[in-house]
Amino acid sequence: MSSVVLRDLTRRFGSVTAVDRLNLEIESGELVAFLGPSGCGKTTTLRMITGLLLPTSGDILFDNKSIITVPTEKRGAVMVFQKHLLFPTMSVGQNVGFGLKMQGIAKQEIERRVDEMLELVKLPGFAKRRAHELSGGQQQRVALARALVVRPTVLLLDEPLANLDANLRLEMRELIRSIQRELGITTVFVTHDQEEAVMLADRIALMFDGVLQQYDVPHSFYQRPKTVRVAHFFRNDNLLAGVRRGEVIETAVGQLRIDPTHVTQPDGKVLVSVRPEDVQLTPKLGDSNCIEAKVLLQVYMGTHTQIQLDVAGHTWLVHGPAEWHVNVGEMITLQLPQARIWLLPTA
Amino acid sequence: MKKALRWVILIGIVIVSIAPILPQFIWSFSHRWLFPALLPTTWSTEPWEYVMTPSSRVGEGFANSLAIAVVVSIFSILVGLPAARALALHDFRGKSAVEWLLMVPIIVPGIVATMGIHQVFIRLNLTDTFIGVCLVHLIPCIPYMVLVMSSVFANYGTDLEDTARTLGAGPLNVLRYVTLPGILPGLLVATMFTFLISWGQYITTVLIGGGVIITLPMVLFPFISGTNYATAAAVSLIFVAPAVLVLFFTSRQLGRESSVMGGFGRL
Repeated sequence: MSSVVLRDLTRRFGSVTAVDRLNLEIESGELVAFLGPSGCGKTTTLRMITGLLLPTSGDILFDNKSIITVPTEKRGAVMVFQKHLLFPTMSVGQNVGFGLKMQGIAKQEIERRVDEMLELVKLPGFAKRRAHELSGGQQQRVALARALVVRPTVLLLDEPLANLDANLRLEMRELIRSIQRELGITTVFVTHDQEEAVMLADRIALMFDGVLQQYDVPHSFYQRPKTVRVAHFFRNDNLLAGVRRGEVIETAVGQLRIDPTHVTQPDGKVLVSVRPEDVQLTPKLGDSNCIEAKVLLQVYMGTHTQIQLDVAGHTWLVHGPAEWHVNVGEMITLQLPQARIWLLPTA
Repeated sequence: MKKALRWVILIGIVIVSIAPILPQFIWSFSHRWLFPALLPTTWSTEPWEYVMTPSSRVGEGFANSLAIAVVVSIFSILVGLPAARALALHDFRGKSAVEWLLMVPIIVPGIVATMGIHQVFIRLNLTDTFIGVCLVHLIPCIPYMVLVMSSVFANYGTDLEDTARTLGAGPLNVLRYVTLPGILPGLLVATMFTFLISWGQYITTVLIGGGVIITLPMVLFPFISGTNYATAAAVSLIFVAPAVLVLFFTSRQLGRESSVMGGFGRL
C-alpha cells in the first residue's frame, strides 16, 4: 500500500481536455471516491494511475516517487473493471491466481493464497468452478479477490457496484469497506452516485468537466460545499441572494444572523444556503432568522414530506415531517438555524 | 408437436445438404449407368483406382491445393489479425476507406482483378510460381479473415487485456494467456474459411499458375467437361471432403450466439 500523489495531471484527446491540471493527494490506506457525472474525467484519471493511459502532462507519484515511466505491469496498481470481469477461459482459481502466476510464485503457494482469498470474499471452495457458472455478484467478488491477492500498492475500482441489483450492492459495499479496512490497501473507486461515495469513501474528489471541484471528507460536501454547482450535485438548491456585513446578511426577506466561525465567504455579495433537511418548519416564538415563504407544492415521500417553497423568487425544497399538511399557496414561516447557514460565492 | 417439427426441419436440412453428394458417391462406383436405370447396371471401383494413379494428377493437385491453402491461411492470419484488431478497436484517419477497400475483392469478380494482377506478376516473375498463386489467393481470403476477426476483437474488447496488465502481465503474457485463448474459437473458424476459399479457387490459379501449378479444381475440370462422370464424381468427392470436415468441426462455433458470424453481417 502506498500514498498516491497526482501533480498537475492533464490528459487531452485531440481538442478535448478530459482531465485538466488535477492535483490530489491520497494517503496510504485511504479509500477515496472519484465522483462526478459521466464524462467528467474520473475513469480517465483511474486509467492514468494504472499506466494504461499516458497523461499529456503532469506527474504521478507512489510513495513520493514518480512512476510515470514505469509500465502498467510493474506499477502494482490493480484495476477492477466494470464489465468483462473474469477471464472466460480460466477457472475461478486460475483467475484469482493469475497475478501470482505472473510473479512466478510456486503453484502450491498460489493455491494456498487463492483459497485464503476466496475465503475472504466469502466464496470458499469455488476455485474449480468456471467463470460463467457464477452470478454477477459472485463474479464481482472473484474479480476483487483476484486484485487483492497480489497485495496491490493501490486498488482501483471502476464503478464497482454499477451492475449489481440493490441488495447485492449493499452487500458488496460492506465487503469492499471491511476488506479495505482489514488489509489497509490504498483504494480509489469511481462512481457517479453521490450516496455511494458518501457511504464508502474516506474522502471524495468531485470532478466536473475534467476539473477537480472539491476534495474533502463526505460531510463537507453537505455542510460546506465550495460552489453552487457542488451544492447542486449534493441536492441542495436552496439559495438566497444577500450581502454579508459581519455577522449579518441582508436579504430580500430580512436580516439573517450567521455564525462567523462557520462560514468562509468574506463581506459582500453572497448566496445564503441551508440544506432542505436543516430548515425548521416549526419555529418557536422568539427564534431569530425567521423568514416568510409561499408553499408551491407538497409531495409525500413516505418517511418525510417534501415541500417546494418560494423564498423571495428563489425555489426552495424543505423536508418536513411525514404527517405535515399545508395548503398550496399558503404563506408559512421558516426558521434558518444560525449554525446551519452556509455562504456560497455568487456565480 | 414442436419436437416433431424440429425433426422434420432437421431431416430436411440433412437431405438438402447430403442429397447432392449422394449421386456423386454412386457415380464414383459406377461403370455403366444409363437412363432409365435407377442404379448403375454395372458397378466398378475403376474410377477410384484411376484417381490413385500418378497419371491422373489427382495426388499432385491435392498436395498443391493443400500446400497453397495452408500457406494462404498462415499469411491471412499474419496480415489479417493485426488489421482486424486495428479496425475493431482503434479509430484512425481513413478507417472507413480501409474498410471499403477490404470489401472490394468480395464485390469485384476475381477474374477482373486477376487479369490486371497478371500483368504485374509477369514483370515481377511471379507468374507460374507457387508463391504467385498464394499471393493471388490472399486477395479474396484476407477480407474474410479481417471481417470475421474484427467482429471477434470488437466483441472481446480490451478490458480483460487491461485487467491482466494491471495484474502484472507483460505484453507477451497478455497475448499468451488472455488474447489468444479468447479469440481462438473465432480464429479457428476464420482460418477454415480462408482455407476453403483458397481450396476452391480456379480462375485465379489458372491465370497466375499458368498450368504449371496444378491444383485439385484444375484436375477436376477436364473430367466434368469431358463427360467422364464417374471419374469426375470421385475427384469431386475428394474435393468436397475438406469442406465437410471443416463444417463438422466448426459447427459449434457457427451458432447464433457466437460473435464469429457477426462479421458476415457487414457483407
